[in-house]
Amino acid sequence: MMLHSPTVLEAAESAADPSPAPALEVSNLTVEFPTRRGVLTAIDDVSLRVEPGEILGVVGESGAGKSITGLAVLGLLEAPGRIAGGEIHVSGRRVDTLTEEELTKVRGREMGAIFQDPLTALNPLFSVGAQLVETIRLHTDLSREAARDRALHLLREVGIPAPEERLRQYPHQFSGGMRQRVVIALALAAEPELIIADEPTTALDVSIQAQITTLLRRLCKDHRTGIMLVTHDMGVIAETADRVVVMYAGRMVEMGRVEDVIHNAQHPYTKGLMSAIPSLHDRVDTLTQIDGSMPRLNSRPSGCAFNPRCPMAGPRCRRDRPNLVDAGPNRAACFLHEGGTQ
Amino acid sequence: MLAFLIKRSANAIFVMLSVSFIAFMIFRFVGDPVELMLNEQATQEQRDELRNRLGLDEPFIVQFGTFVSNAAQGDFGISFRNQQDVLGMIAERFPATFELVIVATLISLVAGIPMGVITAIRRQTWYAEAMQFTSIIGVSLPSFVVGIGLILIFSVWLGWMPAFGRGETVDIGWWSTGLLTHSGRMSIILPALSLSLFQITLVMRLVRAEMLEVLRSDFIKFARARGIPARAIHFRHALRNCLMPVVTMTAMQIGGLIAFALVTETVFQWPGMGLLFIQAVTFVDVPIMAAYLCIVALIFVLLNTLVDITYAMIDPRLRGAEK
Repeated sequence: MMLHSPTVLEAAESAADPSPAPALEVSNLTVEFPTRRGVLTAIDDVSLRVEPGEILGVVGESGAGKSITGLAVLGLLEAPGRIAGGEIHVSGRRVDTLTEEELTKVRGREMGAIFQDPLTALNPLFSVGAQLVETIRLHTDLSREAARDRALHLLREVGIPAPEERLRQYPHQFSGGMRQRVVIALALAAEPELIIADEPTTALDVSIQAQITTLLRRLCKDHRTGIMLVTHDMGVIAETADRVVVMYAGRMVEMGRVEDVIHNAQHPYTKGLMSAIPSLHDRVDTLTQIDGSMPRLNSRPSGCAFNPRCPMAGPRCRRDRPNLVDAGPNRAACFLHEGGTQ
Repeated sequence: MLAFLIKRSANAIFVMLSVSFIAFMIFRFVGDPVELMLNEQATQEQRDELRNRLGLDEPFIVQFGTFVSNAAQGDFGISFRNQQDVLGMIAERFPATFELVIVATLISLVAGIPMGVITAIRRQTWYAEAMQFTSIIGVSLPSFVVGIGLILIFSVWLGWMPAFGRGETVDIGWWSTGLLTHSGRMSIILPALSLSLFQITLVMRLVRAEMLEVLRSDFIKFARARGIPARAIHFRHALRNCLMPVVTMTAMQIGGLIAFALVTETVFQWPGMGLLFIQAVTFVDVPIMAAYLCIVALIFVLLNTLVDITYAMIDPRLRGAEK
């Protein structure tokens, strides 16, 4: 099923088994930030897809462009950032060409969002119930009472005890984990096909993190919602995601099923990333790390962006840019797997 | 809430005592009131008799106590100049000043808040820039210049509105209002406008700065991600988060406007407390000055308390006791 052109066979297949459009399909996305010193490319040729009921992890160091990808999908890039190329489809509908007004109707209804810091994501001056009812009524035709019932149902669904009482309370009366549950309830308000979860557990205690990831998994399976889970935490990805995309300096370096990427990494960067995760089984005195740091937006090297830190880099890596190719069970952007010389 | 009220009241009483002490000291600084009240031919017996009648032979602290207890009952004595009851004179002038200040404040909020929002959310447009530029002029022009300018344009050249006075007034109980008659309403426009011009720019700049701050916050980004339309984001979610400092400033400014409407009242010959105070200063009419000081302080204290209560209404986080 690597073919994208609709063949007769595929058309026949979809007629027999109406497989829905992917929750999210990003193809060749490029995001640029024009500055006084020239145009900086934050996202360079990123293509990914999230199927309904699937959690796609997007992992990378800070600055790798994973959050920007999420914001680009939501149409919330901050000026002067702009989508310079590629297409974004949410449930089969192209969204990157929509006007701000049209986007307002898609956001919340077809794609929801969960952000990093639940402490600041809710408006402090409105009760949780008011914010839920506002969102529900915006996207549905429900009456005030029906919307309130739905709000109660949502709070119950995300595991908030005593929802009748909680509905009347304000965000400051909730703990961090409870607030993140409210944020998730808000994202679910209109049953979107896609949820962009940007570091949903980063600001939470470790014990709460597990509860939130479990909740996300359950909601994803129950509602057949596609989730794009953006995080720097490989542990969260390992527990939550079905497939994973590894990003480095605005590009995709590896993509595959989560267990394959973790246990059978193909790209030197992913290998470094995986060996940097401390294991409970082998006690070590020093933690492994990848030498150097990710190049900044304005000083990315030519060729493969990872070449200055790569132990296997050859002359070709400094000259040409590798594309994603089949590499073992995964796909990786590395000349090692192109069969050519480095 | 009860503890809050008790604490606020204790604060207020302390402030009022301090102010009345200062007001009381004015009497002692401007000279012997007996000398001021009697003519030069009065005998020593007459002086002593008056001194005794006024309680001026009592110890300092007893005199202060008498002053405070009288003031608390609204008795500030009689005017040195025309022998009238001071509180009555002020009460007669208070409605004029109060109406002027309230109208000016309403104008400044009704004009200033939308202008602040517009200049914040339409930053690059020519009209936002024009408002920003004009507001600098508004801040820098002294109010007497504005007043004279308004009189020149609207009274002298165009002849639309009267240049001075309050027009006809209607009495409702002890309150005389100019807002119910046509001439009263026409008369209040120019002084209120001149008083509010500075406030408009202040409110506008404050709202703009707060809006820019709030619009950067996470909950606005999340509200957009929830699909809330821009209008609701700006006027419901963002603006309400900007209102705290606006409420504080407006309330403080109401006090300030009442106390310092002097200039505007002088320019427009507006028969308010400010004009009364200016005349009292000219004639060293100490009881009026002292009473004015106490009443202005009382207004400030009341406004401050009101601000705190309004805070709790706007921001649920401050309703501590409800939990």
